[in-house]
Amino acid sequence: MSIAPPTFESTPRSAAAARSEDYLWTLNFGPQHPATHTTLRLVLKLEGERVVDAMPEMGYLHSGFEKIGEHLTFNQYVTVTDRMNYISPMANNVAWHHAVETLLGIELTPRCKVIRTIIAELARISDHLLSNGAVGLDTGAFTFFLYAFYQREVIYDIFETLCGARFTNSYTRVGGLSQDMTPLVVEKIRTFVKTFPKTLDDMEKLLTRNRIFVDRTKGVGVLTKEEAINRGASGPVARASGVTRDLRKDEPCLAYADYDFQVCCASAGDCYARYLVRMQEMRESLKIVAQAVESIPAGPVNVGIGQRTALPTKQQVYSTIEGTISHFELSMSNRGFEVPCEEIYAAIEAPNGELGFYIAGDGNETAYRARCRPPSVLHFAMFPHLIRGHTLSDVVAVLGSLNIIAAELDR
Amino acid sequence: MPSATSSVDTLLSALTEVCGLFETSVFRGQTRVIVPAERLPEVLSVLKDRGLDLLVDISCVDYLDYRDPPMQMPACAGHRYGLVYLLASTATNQRLTVRVFVDDPEPAVASAVPLWEAANWLEREVWDLFGIHFIGHPDLRRLVMPEEFTAHPLRKDYPLQGRGERHNFPVITRNER
Repeated sequence: MSIAPPTFESTPRSAAAARSEDYLWTLNFGPQHPATHTTLRLVLKLEGERVVDAMPEMGYLHSGFEKIGEHLTFNQYVTVTDRMNYISPMANNVAWHHAVETLLGIELTPRCKVIRTIIAELARISDHLLSNGAVGLDTGAFTFFLYAFYQREVIYDIFETLCGARFTNSYTRVGGLSQDMTPLVVEKIRTFVKTFPKTLDDMEKLLTRNRIFVDRTKGVGVLTKEEAINRGASGPVARASGVTRDLRKDEPCLAYADYDFQVCCASAGDCYARYLVRMQEMRESLKIVAQAVESIPAGPVNVGIGQRTALPTKQQVYSTIEGTISHFELSMSNRGFEVPCEEIYAAIEAPNGELGFYIAGDGNETAYRARCRPPSVLHFAMFPHLIRGHTLSDVVAVLGSLNIIAAELDR
Repeated sequence: MPSATSSVDTLLSALTEVCGLFETSVFRGQTRVIVPAERLPEVLSVLKDRGLDLLVDISCVDYLDYRDPPMQMPACAGHRYGLVYLLASTATNQRLTVRVFVDDPEPAVASAVPLWEAANWLEREVWDLFGIHFIGHPDLRRLVMPEEFTAHPLRKDYPLQGRGERHNFPVITRNER
């Protein structure tokens, strides 16, 4: 964060390496650089074009999200989670309220579970499109990036029809959703399910066997399975290294247990493997969306008045006494939720990896502590390990394949 | 998931065999073990050997103005900082939370970096935001706050809007670099 030259982490070096230290060149990469995509800084130690060491630095976007989480109610804080991983805000919304509902012990309605599954998977597709698109862009494949971005727009349109917001959706609520899914949304998702595989095929044709791209990514930034576990990798980064951990299968929440899909893994652990895992995961996510959108159960989207967590409908407020009472009490600052003085950790498989929240409740409808476990921090921490010995041009490939989102990194 | 719970029980009995009995509690199917600070490295290494190979997260809760004993366990009352170690197994998917309580004036606990490289930045973040010292950490610097920052902002006695530290940061102009 300061301008002063940073100190490098002490790594064991041979005497010969120590002597050649005089010829090393220090390069400041970021915090503002087109290829960091977000605001983060790398201080690279170069020997010619080869990276001898790297020191990642973060904190440029730190906004105290966890401190704010101790002052906003469970429903208000969802707007802050939008701004964590802004590539897939819907997944953050689902993760946050999944944790809150675990703390409060709320069982969602079947309709809500399915809708949340659909939007979480659409968010995953949109996230993987951007992260793979960015890897393509940074290694010189601009067309690929544009193909990816066009489909992101389609997903934004779906979200806009769903909740009115394209980017910062804040769609979930405690015990339900802000709006129910309309037939128009279902129609748009069906069209997307039909048209998207064509784009995915085109994207694969453009890049998967492209000589330049394969040369730039294969064997670059290799993460072994042991290292992936030791360094706490999760999500596509871990799965590309052969760790078969996917919370959708391992701890199935929402409606994931009902659908047929596969966990995508690779064993190489390099940038190319991460690209392949993300490409394949989009197809699997699309499979989930295709199954889920045809089987959305009827019924209410919010939990009942009895649970007193989700606002009742206007119909209930104006025509029943329970609805009126519930609406009144939920709007009062000292009534509302019954929160146990307990602590839980709950996580979902977000596009980037395991996104979990550790929430401590103290009886108020504000969290006493709202810790976010962001996958990006652990992925960014392993960056020096991945880049040592590679060239300067590989920095962008490795950085892109880890999909570091600084807003989630710094919170 | 009954199978996961029973495997956690086997894990706990194995832990009891090696390290002695620790206080445990369960809430919503999540098992917590409360470990004294001085025995943490031993317990973590036993748990790692028994299959909890993934360190998911290290975080902390400041119980300064918490009304009840944490996790409704009287034994935890009176402590200020409760560290949270979330462990998981990549093979059996079981999870276990290890809680350690430390207190002012010198909150400190042994570092978990020798066991997991993942602990490196997680511990730096806890040090940064809570001021808990991790003994044996190779590089305990601030992670998210600027180096010049003096406070630990996630402590409960630190105000939401800060104490004005930002106004005292040195401003470096183009000419004096």
